[in-house]
Amino acid sequence: MGEYAPARIPVIEIVELSKYYGEARAVGPLSFTIEKGEIVGLLGLNGAGKTTTLRMLASDLLPTSGRMVVDGVDLAAEPGLVRARIGYLPDRPPLYGEMTVREFLEFAARLRDVAASDVPARVSEVLGLTSLVERADDRIDTLSHGFKQRVGIAQAIVHKPSLLLLDEPISGLDPVQIVEMRELIRSLRGVQTIVISSHILSEISETCDRLLVLRDGSLVAQGSESELREHMVTHDLAVVVRLAADETEAELVELVRGLDGVTRVARGAADEPGADAVKLAVSATADVRAEVCRALCAKGYAVVGLERGARELESVFLELAGRGKREREEAAS
Amino acid sequence: MSHVGLIFSRELKAYLRSPLGYAAAAGVLLIDGIWFMARALGGTEEKRLSATVLSEFFNGASGTTAILAIALAMRLVAAEEDAGTLVLLKTAPVSDWEVVLGKFLGVMAVILAVTGLTAYMPALILVNGKVSYQHVLVGYAGVMLLGGAVAAIGLFASALAKSQVVAAILGAVLVGAMYLWWLVAKIADPPVRDVLEELAIHHLRMRDFMTGVLRLENVVYYLAVAFFFLLASVKTLEARRWR
Repeated sequence: MGEYAPARIPVIEIVELSKYYGEARAVGPLSFTIEKGEIVGLLGLNGAGKTTTLRMLASDLLPTSGRMVVDGVDLAAEPGLVRARIGYLPDRPPLYGEMTVREFLEFAARLRDVAASDVPARVSEVLGLTSLVERADDRIDTLSHGFKQRVGIAQAIVHKPSLLLLDEPISGLDPVQIVEMRELIRSLRGVQTIVISSHILSEISETCDRLLVLRDGSLVAQGSESELREHMVTHDLAVVVRLAADETEAELVELVRGLDGVTRVARGAADEPGADAVKLAVSATADVRAEVCRALCAKGYAVVGLERGARELESVFLELAGRGKREREEAAS
Repeated sequence: MSHVGLIFSRELKAYLRSPLGYAAAAGVLLIDGIWFMARALGGTEEKRLSATVLSEFFNGASGTTAILAIALAMRLVAAEEDAGTLVLLKTAPVSDWEVVLGKFLGVMAVILAVTGLTAYMPALILVNGKVSYQHVLVGYAGVMLLGGAVAAIGLFASALAKSQVVAAILGAVLVGAMYLWWLVAKIADPPVRDVLEELAIHHLRMRDFMTGVLRLENVVYYLAVAFFFLLASVKTLEARRWR
């Protein structure tokens, strides 16, 4: 008997989804699945196709081709059923300013087919969840941007959707509101399956279980923060050596360059105090830390530092998301 | 149908809570009052039959109601698009027909209320002159049918345009063209002349209602115009999902 593993239930399945405007491709073909309870970040620079993708997932925009299945229901076959299972907060929260918060949430709930008898209880629940109880009877057009964004999230979850789509929910908020919004999204963990889009990695890397990186409308990478870092791992090394009086930098470089797997050795920026300290930036096809250390020590070099080139997730993202742009610029030049 | 009721009720509240509904109602009542005094009653030097006065009143009221319908309908979709709230309706399990019908009925409720407020003028004629109740009812039915047809045209313009101003201009141009077809008919030969005369939104059709004559063909004409433009609005909303 094998160990029992809980079944992974896909809430949403996207198959070859694409959007064209005339001949121009805006997004796709995209294929991915999102499982129940996951918080997924849709990451990309401005114009990468995040909003177009979310609009298609929210059935606000029809795809040119491809399939989307939510909870086993195909969007093309049953658009009404799929829409009832989705909550969507666009980049501008869709709010009727002349209504009070409570009136608006009641309207949104009934629009999404919540039974009339359940509406008051459900609205009270989301007012509590989004910390809007004290503003429940205020007109929406009197609220600050942060509160409006909360009402936007409240309308998106009032009907208990299977999938919650948030398009840049943190943009335009002040630092205090950003912290509050992160806490609000975190509080939905386990309750909702969420897709959040952003062009700022640090905004969502803490909140999301998995990141999907979009570039020019295509998915270029996906995985958890650590998997993405692994995806872009390199075998670059930084080696710091203190040279004795009879040792030269040229000999040192020659020695390292001769090792198996080393492709390039360059003089790195010296951040070690003392004129005798030399920092080498080593590129290799494999992890050559042990070989470099052994070879230098065997020749009597004083190795005072050896570390793998650290890659911050931000630089991984820039590499992934910006490569297309750079390639285009290079091609143009 | 509960979605239609929900959207209808929100539209109605939106008119009641914004200055637009009150300003439009005040404007209509003022112009109708001036028209009634200066034109329908015909001043002091000339005595008129009560039925003529009532017909003139409905002539003026049909014009102001058409303007009211355009002014109220211009915001129906364009303002939602502008404020970013249309997405709420587009992503809800609500059909485009339900959206269009709810909005249309919302406008019609306001038009009905404003038209109802003009009833003191026919009431004065009823009390002081000799006209039939039937003439009053048929006249008002004509005003409401015309208002419905023009509101549907305005709704279509609002669904097509990106701003309220463009929606108002487009709606006014469409309605204006349909008003003025009878002038083109004058210089045309049959059968084009007959077709244009029959299609003109006010000229022959409204004249019957104004004089208290109820003809089924006129009722069907206004209902058909309203249905055609509501259908066009639904198709326009459907097309919006592609861009």
